[in-house]
Amino acid sequence: MATSVDDGEPALLGFAKRFPLLVLIAQRLGLSVVLLFAVSVLIFAGVEALPGDFATTYLGQSATPQAVANIRKDLGLDQPVVTRYVEWLGGAIHGDFGNSWASRQSVSEQIGKRLGNSLFLAFFAAIISVPLAVGLGMLAVHFRNRFPDRLINVISLAAISLPEFFVGYLLILFFAVKFGVATFPATVYDDMDLLDRLKAIALPTATLVLVVLAHMMRMTRAAILSVMSSAYMETAELKGLSAFRAIVKHAAPNAIAPIINVVALNLAYLVVGVVVVEVVFVYPGMGQYMVDAVTVRDMPVVQACGLIFAAFYILLNMLADIIAIAANPRLRHPR
Amino acid sequence: MSDYTKFLAGRVTSGGMNRREFMGRAMAAGLTLAAASSLYASSASAQEPKRGGHLKLGLEGGSATDSLDPAKALSQVLFCVNRNWGDLLVESHPTTGEPVASLAESWEPSADASQWTFKIRKGVQFHNGKEMTIDDVVKTLERHTDEKSESGALGVMKSITKIEAKGDDLVLTLTEGNADLPLLLSDYHLIIQPGGGYDEPTAAVGTGPYKLTGWEAGVRATFERNENDWRSDRGYVDSIEVITMNDATARIAALSSGQVHFINRVDPKTVSLLKRAPTVEILNTSGRGHYVFIMHCDTAPFDNNDLRLALKYAMDRETMVDKILGGYGKVGNDFPINETYALFPEGIEQRAYDPDKAAFHYKKSGHDGTVLLRTSEVAFPGAVDAAVLYQESAKKAGINIEVKREPGDGYWSNVWNVQPFCTSYWGGRPTQDQMYSTAYLSTADWNDTRFKRPDFDKKLLEARSELDKDKRKEMYRDMAMMVRDEGGLILPMFNDFVNASTKQVKGYVHDIGNDMSNGYVATRVWLES
Repeated sequence: MATSVDDGEPALLGFAKRFPLLVLIAQRLGLSVVLLFAVSVLIFAGVEALPGDFATTYLGQSATPQAVANIRKDLGLDQPVVTRYVEWLGGAIHGDFGNSWASRQSVSEQIGKRLGNSLFLAFFAAIISVPLAVGLGMLAVHFRNRFPDRLINVISLAAISLPEFFVGYLLILFFAVKFGVATFPATVYDDMDLLDRLKAIALPTATLVLVVLAHMMRMTRAAILSVMSSAYMETAELKGLSAFRAIVKHAAPNAIAPIINVVALNLAYLVVGVVVVEVVFVYPGMGQYMVDAVTVRDMPVVQACGLIFAAFYILLNMLADIIAIAANPRLRHPR
Repeated sequence: MSDYTKFLAGRVTSGGMNRREFMGRAMAAGLTLAAASSLYASSASAQEPKRGGHLKLGLEGGSATDSLDPAKALSQVLFCVNRNWGDLLVESHPTTGEPVASLAESWEPSADASQWTFKIRKGVQFHNGKEMTIDDVVKTLERHTDEKSESGALGVMKSITKIEAKGDDLVLTLTEGNADLPLLLSDYHLIIQPGGGYDEPTAAVGTGPYKLTGWEAGVRATFERNENDWRSDRGYVDSIEVITMNDATARIAALSSGQVHFINRVDPKTVSLLKRAPTVEILNTSGRGHYVFIMHCDTAPFDNNDLRLALKYAMDRETMVDKILGGYGKVGNDFPINETYALFPEGIEQRAYDPDKAAFHYKKSGHDGTVLLRTSEVAFPGAVDAAVLYQESAKKAGINIEVKREPGDGYWSNVWNVQPFCTSYWGGRPTQDQMYSTAYLSTADWNDTRFKRPDFDKKLLEARSELDKDKRKEMYRDMAMMVRDEGGLILPMFNDFVNASTKQVKGYVHDIGNDMSNGYVATRVWLES
């Protein structure tokens, strides 16, 4: 007897049965593209719906009707919305986001620099905050309801309750103004060497770590606690597994999904949600770039930033799901 | 000069007294405003400038969308950055506002002021080593007059019909006489660029005291001294760094921790806190900018002059200056001109808060019910508070004002110049003529009070080509009275420009022209080690 795969079943389906993970990934990828497309429509419509337009906003009080008309014509703003959308999407697919209306420079080029800055900051904030959060979470579980747990809880609650600009101001006040040990403003630029760069981002990184730490830490603590109290952990203990084996084999795969989800959300936040921190620390990242563009209705820049932000969220969420599924085989077969 | 004023002047020279203090004391000692300011200017400049050092400025008003093309310069940061590398044909005098020579050495009008001849300075080099020629000047002006251009100076330049070179002189022909033409050329967009800036408008190559060495829009600009500068009375520091800092708290933190030497836009609410820092000096300068409440003269109920007068008398100007500007400003008199303009019409009676007169005119207008005032935080700093203060003072006159807070986004396209009664601001203009032509001429692009009076228009055009200063002053007085008594403008206050620096910064020139020493701060100050 031949196996079922050889038995005339379509090869693709057989492949799918053997590698369910790959199929899931492919599905998620396809879905992401559809999502991105939907987001692009939303962004375009959203920017279109903003009150005021580029020509008048950009020229401000010194605009004459003639200058406004010149700009509108020059940028093709007199074309219908759909035409403009299709043209824009066509370019975006090829990685060409066009030129900024305000500065007339290539958006892709400018974003490259800004995105680099944002990722630089996010990277250092992430490599400090993620291990710290997970570590502190486990520590809290270990000392559950005892003094260290309480302390960690109180501090993290305080950090999460303060708005991020306030955390930033406090750090500036103490470390830059009072003690003069930290660099401020955190402006980075092209020909800056790595050491200066690291010094410059010390305060914003610290702010970001404080802001995202609590969220991840508390989720880690909750996830591990909920797994520890489940029936199968009790079974594992009763059948005599060592504590280490029980945690690695049974607890970790079940706790990793919620943890990785909250980590992914926070990582995405570190890239796309740090506008306030960038403004407070005068850090030239993506958020600041997008806000500047929104203010003058510089549509190509707003759209490109929006799309990149969306892509980050989608990508990180997808990665989180894939890691969760890879870690926990039960999730591969949704009921 | 009395011993006392001599003493005051000495204190200024030694750096021990700022302008505000000096002016207050000198005027109390009997000097006129003009005498006191020129004495201040000469004493301040008597301080011996030092060369060298790296000057850092933290400025509000920059954005990733900034372009170095002078034609498109709008932001505060560009205003200051472009001053460092470029020169204009004409500058305005820091204390009198009169035109002074820059790249144009001198000028001569025709009898009716409709044709002007400018002598262009020789032997001036651009940063790229090429000598500036008449051709560069002509092309620059052409670029800014082109109907297709997006130049911010287009409005100023549109009355110029012909730009030509006659030998080494520049000859400009206008549609009508304009006695203020030299001052119009001091518009900050009109930087002379090689080849007019047609080829590389954003190259930042000019004749200014500094060369641009680094530029990232909305982040930072760096400069080094131009060793071939044609002037010796500027460019004292070796290098300049302009950092865009749009957050007010960040600017204050950077200044008080000594990370920058100068910041702009200090919020009047925080001035008193910042003053406490021993290393910091507040630099405030009277300016032409003003905060306004504007009514459309052609829209009911504001088409009734009695109602407009009632609303004018119901405004408590002193309180506005005190509460909204923290004292850093002067009361306004319902016309858009103050004593910083040349030919300011003196002796016009100051309009004061008078609930009785307001009630009288309100009754006479026959209007009852509420008056709707739209406002927003973007109209000017503290605009919403100002509207509420106004509501209170008007209530005492029996006038009920309803304050509607509009979203800041889109305020300039949906509310200002559209709705009949709202709050707004004006930055002021180099000349009275320009201020009136921009906003009070019947056909003005931005006639935001819908003030349409043929007799006013006629007078404005007459004054424009009048070369006799006394006659002109008389005409401006008549115009001011028309706007004040019959216009739709309520002008409670002129705001000071409030900047701050560390005490290391010396030689700051309080320029009435515009904010940040008319943008020239970095080229005029020096650092004391």
